[in-house]
Amino acid sequence: MRYLPLTDPDRSAMLQAVGVASIDDLFVDVPQAARGVKFDDLPRFASELSVERQLTHMANKNMRAGSSPFFIGAGAYWHHVPASVDHLIQRSEFLTSYTPYQPEISQGTLQVLFEFQTQVAMLTGMEVANASMYDGSTAAAEAVKMAMRITRRSRVVLSGSLHPHYRDTIVTNEAHTDSELELCPHDMRGSEDLCSMIDDKTAAIVVQTPSVFGGLIDLEKAARTAHEKGALLIVVVTEIVSLGAVRSPGEMGADIVVAEGQSLGNGLNFGGPYVGLFATRQKYVRQMPGRVCGETVDADGKRGYVLTLSTREQHIRREKATSNICTNSGLCALAFSIHLSLLGEKGLRKLAILNHQSAVKLANALCEIDQVELVTPNFFNEFTIALPKNAHRIANALADRDVLCGVRASRLFPECPGIGRYLIVAATEMNTDEDRDAFVRALKEVLR
Amino acid sequence: MTGSTMNRQGRQTQPHAAPANVNVTQTEMITGNRGLQIEEGLIFDHGKLDVTGVDFAVPDDTVEHRLGNFARTSVIGLPGLSEPEAVRHYVRLSQKNFSIDTGLYPLGSCTMKHNPRLNEKMARLDGFMNLHPMQPHKTVQGALELIDTLADWLKVLTGMPAVAMSPKAGAHGELCGLMAIRACLEDRGDARKVVLVSDSAHGTNPATAATCGYAVEAIPSTRDGRVDLAALKARLGPDVAAFMLTNPNTCGLFEREIIEISEALHEAGALLYCDGANFNAIVGRVRPGDLGVDAMHINLHKTFSTPHGGGGPGAGPVVLSEALAPYVPLPYIKHELGEYSLVEIEEEAVEEGGKPFGRLSAFHGQMGMFVRSLSYMMSHGSDGLRQVSDDAVLSANYVAARLKDHMSQSFEGPCMHEVLFDDRFLKDTGVSTLDFAKAMIDEGYHPMTVYFPLVVSGAMLIEPTETESKESLDQFIDTLIALTERAKSGTAEEAFHQAPTMTPRRRLDETQAARNPVLRWLPDTPTAQAAE
Repeated sequence: MRYLPLTDPDRSAMLQAVGVASIDDLFVDVPQAARGVKFDDLPRFASELSVERQLTHMANKNMRAGSSPFFIGAGAYWHHVPASVDHLIQRSEFLTSYTPYQPEISQGTLQVLFEFQTQVAMLTGMEVANASMYDGSTAAAEAVKMAMRITRRSRVVLSGSLHPHYRDTIVTNEAHTDSELELCPHDMRGSEDLCSMIDDKTAAIVVQTPSVFGGLIDLEKAARTAHEKGALLIVVVTEIVSLGAVRSPGEMGADIVVAEGQSLGNGLNFGGPYVGLFATRQKYVRQMPGRVCGETVDADGKRGYVLTLSTREQHIRREKATSNICTNSGLCALAFSIHLSLLGEKGLRKLAILNHQSAVKLANALCEIDQVELVTPNFFNEFTIALPKNAHRIANALADRDVLCGVRASRLFPECPGIGRYLIVAATEMNTDEDRDAFVRALKEVLR
Repeated sequence: MTGSTMNRQGRQTQPHAAPANVNVTQTEMITGNRGLQIEEGLIFDHGKLDVTGVDFAVPDDTVEHRLGNFARTSVIGLPGLSEPEAVRHYVRLSQKNFSIDTGLYPLGSCTMKHNPRLNEKMARLDGFMNLHPMQPHKTVQGALELIDTLADWLKVLTGMPAVAMSPKAGAHGELCGLMAIRACLEDRGDARKVVLVSDSAHGTNPATAATCGYAVEAIPSTRDGRVDLAALKARLGPDVAAFMLTNPNTCGLFEREIIEISEALHEAGALLYCDGANFNAIVGRVRPGDLGVDAMHINLHKTFSTPHGGGGPGAGPVVLSEALAPYVPLPYIKHELGEYSLVEIEEEAVEEGGKPFGRLSAFHGQMGMFVRSLSYMMSHGSDGLRQVSDDAVLSANYVAARLKDHMSQSFEGPCMHEVLFDDRFLKDTGVSTLDFAKAMIDEGYHPMTVYFPLVVSGAMLIEPTETESKESLDQFIDTLIALTERAKSGTAEEAFHQAPTMTPRRRLDETQAARNPVLRWLPDTPTAQAAE
C-alpha cells in the first residue's frame, strides 16, 4: 500500500514496544457486537493507474464547459484562471498545512489572509473583511444572523432579487430561531420597492446585485431608508468580477457585503468548493462570524500576523459563539487572492469590461431574433430573456445541439407559475464570437 | 584519505569553527533576510495600480455599455503584480509555513496525514473541474455517478442507510445532523429544547446546537476520560432532543459504553449525534451504525485525506440512521432506470416519501473534495482502509508507550489514533504546555494540539497518523524525551520561554492584536493602521 510507510517488521516491533500481542488488543474498548465487521462489498486496494482509469471514465461522461458554447451562470461563473494560480496553490506549504494556530510557523498563510481581507474590503467598498466563509450562500445566512445580533431585531426582508438557493439557505438557517423572515416575490425587472419593506422592526434587508436575473439594482435609496429606520443593508454579490465595472456596495451604503468569490482563482467544480467573502464596517467587527487575521508584532518587534478576535469563535465561546464555523475556505481564498494580485486594478477593470461587452454583444444578437425580448435593461455579464416558447424545452433542445445556453428561471423558481418562458444567460471573457454565433443560430433553429 | 571533514568533491562537510569573538546568529543582516529566510513585504508595499500579470484581448470600443448609471468611477486601490513578482511573492510566503510535506504534524483531532497527489490530479480532470452546477442533468451523468458512488462507500463504511452529501465542512455537517434530528422530533410532535454535549467535545458541537435553537448542557467526563453514563442517564428526560458525542472521543479513547448510551437515549426518545472527526481510528474496522449512532458527519478532509489547505476547504457529509433517513437537506441524488438526477424541489422529495428540511447552501456540495476522497478510498480499498486505522492506532499507542515514563499520559489503557498528555510532568519546572509546544517548533516539529480537550490541565493531544514511518516516529519520540529531560533539568526554563527562536517570527503579541485590531492594510500610512 503506497501511502503506508510501516512495514510488517516495524509493526511487530511496535506491538512489542506497546506490550500487546496483536493489533486487535488495542481495540478492546470496542463493544463485542461491533467487532469483526467485514467489508467484502467494497473493492480492494488499487494502483494509481487503475484509479485514474476509473475516474477518467466517469469524468468523460460529462459535457464540460469549453467543449462547446457555454452560457451558464446563476451564481457560478466560467472564467479563465492564470496557470500560475493553480501552480502556487499546490505549493506543499499552502496545500498541506492546517489552520494557522501556531503563528510562528504559519506566517505565509497568515500574511495571505491579511492581504485577502484587504483585497475583499477594497473590492466591496467596506472597511474590514474576514478570512472567508464556505461560500456566498452560507455567508449570506451568517450575515442575517449578524444583523439580528447588532440591531436586536428579528424581522428580515429577503428581496426578490436574491438567488433562490441563497434565500433557501437563509430560510433553513433561520428555521429554529425567533426571526421573522419576509420573502418577496421574485423581481425579474428590478422594480420592487425596497424602501416600503423597511420599518422600525426591520433588522435588515437582503438585496442582491447584480440580481439573480442579472439586473443591476440601485441600493442607495434602500440604504438611506434602512439607516433612517435603524436597519442594516446586506448586499449579496454572486459575481465578484462585476465590481471591476460597477459601483461597490460600500459606495451605495451597504452595512454588510457577502459575496461568492469563485469567479476569481477558482474553477466551476460542479458547485464547490467555493469561497464566501464577508465584509462589513469596523464598528461591527466583534459581531462578525468566522476567522480573522490581524497584524501585530513579535518578540523582536517585527511585523507579523495572527488569528485574532477569537473570543467570538466556537473554540473559545462554545454555545455563545457568533457562529459554529471552524474550517472555512482557506485554499480557495488563496487562489482568489493570487488571481486578484495578478490582475490588479488594471487587469480587473479590463476583465470586467470584457465580460460586460461579451454579454452585451450576446444580448443584442439574441434580441434581434423575432419574439426574443431582453428583460433586464441594465446588467453586467448576465441577463434574462423572454422566449416565445417554454425555456425548459428550448434549453434541452439547445443542449442536444451542444449549446449550454443558460439556466431556465423555472429551475430556480419551480414554485412560480408564469415563469416558464424566461432564460438567464451569462457570457464571460471565455466566450468567443463563434460561441455567440452558434448560440444565436441554434436558437433560431429551435424556434423555427 | 584526506581529512574526515571533506567529502569526495572536496567540499567541507563540517563548518569552520567560528572565531570566539563572532556570534554568527546575532550578526545584523543588511537585508533583514537570513539565508533562505527571506523577508517579504505585503502586495500593497510593492504592487502598483498600473501593473498587471494578466494579458487580455483588446476591448471592443464600439460596444455600447448597458451599465446604466451603475458604472464604477472610483479607484479600488488594488495593486497588481507581474507574473514573476507574483510567483516570487507567494513562493516566499509559502516558505514561512510548516506543512505535512515539511514534517510530522501531530495535531490531535485534525488528522494531518499525507495528501496523495493522485487525488489532486483527479480533481483537476477537465470533466470534473469544468462542470457547472446548473448544467442539465443529462450533461453531468458522470459527476452525479461519482457523488453517488462516494455516498455508497460512506454508507457501507459506516453501516448507515442514508447520507446527506451537501454539508461543506464538519461544523456544517453538525448543523445538518441536528437539523435532521429536530425535523424528526418535530414530525413526531415531540419538539424538545435541550441538546446535551460531552464536556470534552469540540467547540463546534455546542455552537452548532445553539445555532439550531437548542439550549446546551454539558455532560461531565469520568476520571477515565469517558462520558459519565450515570450523569447522562440522570439528565435524560422529555426535554432532551439529542446527545452529541465524539467517538473515539477527544481524549483519544473509545467510548466503550456507547451502546448503553445510545440505548438510554433511544429509550428516552432522544437521538445520538456522533462527531466523526476521529473516524480515522476506526475506518474499515468498526461501523458507527452498529453502535446506535443516528447521525454522524465525516470530515473528508481528515479521514479521507483531502488537503487542509491552511484552513479549508473541507467537506462534511452526514450519515443518517433509519429513523433520520427521510429528513435530508435538498438537493440529493436520485438513481433510477440507469439515469442520475438531482432532486431539488421539496414536492418531488415528498412524493418519494422524503421529508426534507431545507437547503444548507447553494448548489450541491464540495465536488472537488468528493473526487479527491473517492480517489483516496479507491486507492486504499477496504483492506487498505483497515490498514489505515490499524496503523494510525498502532502509531499512537507506540508514541504513548515510549513516552509513558517521560510525559504524563492522562488516561490509562490503550488509546485510539491519538494520545492525550497533560502538564503534570512539567510541574515545578516553570515550563508550560505552550513553552513545550514552542520548543518543539525549534526542533522542526509542528506542535500537537494544546490546551484541548478542556478536561485535563495543559492538554497535549498527539495524533501521529498512519503515514509516518517508524524512523520518523522514533525521531519524534526521542526529541520529546530530550525536551522533557531538558525541561525537568531546571536549567532551561528561560530557553523554553524564549522559544521558538529559529522561525521567521518569534512569539507574536496576540494581546495587542486583539486589543487594537488591525485587520487590513490602509494606504497613505507608513505602517498599516486600524481602519477608522
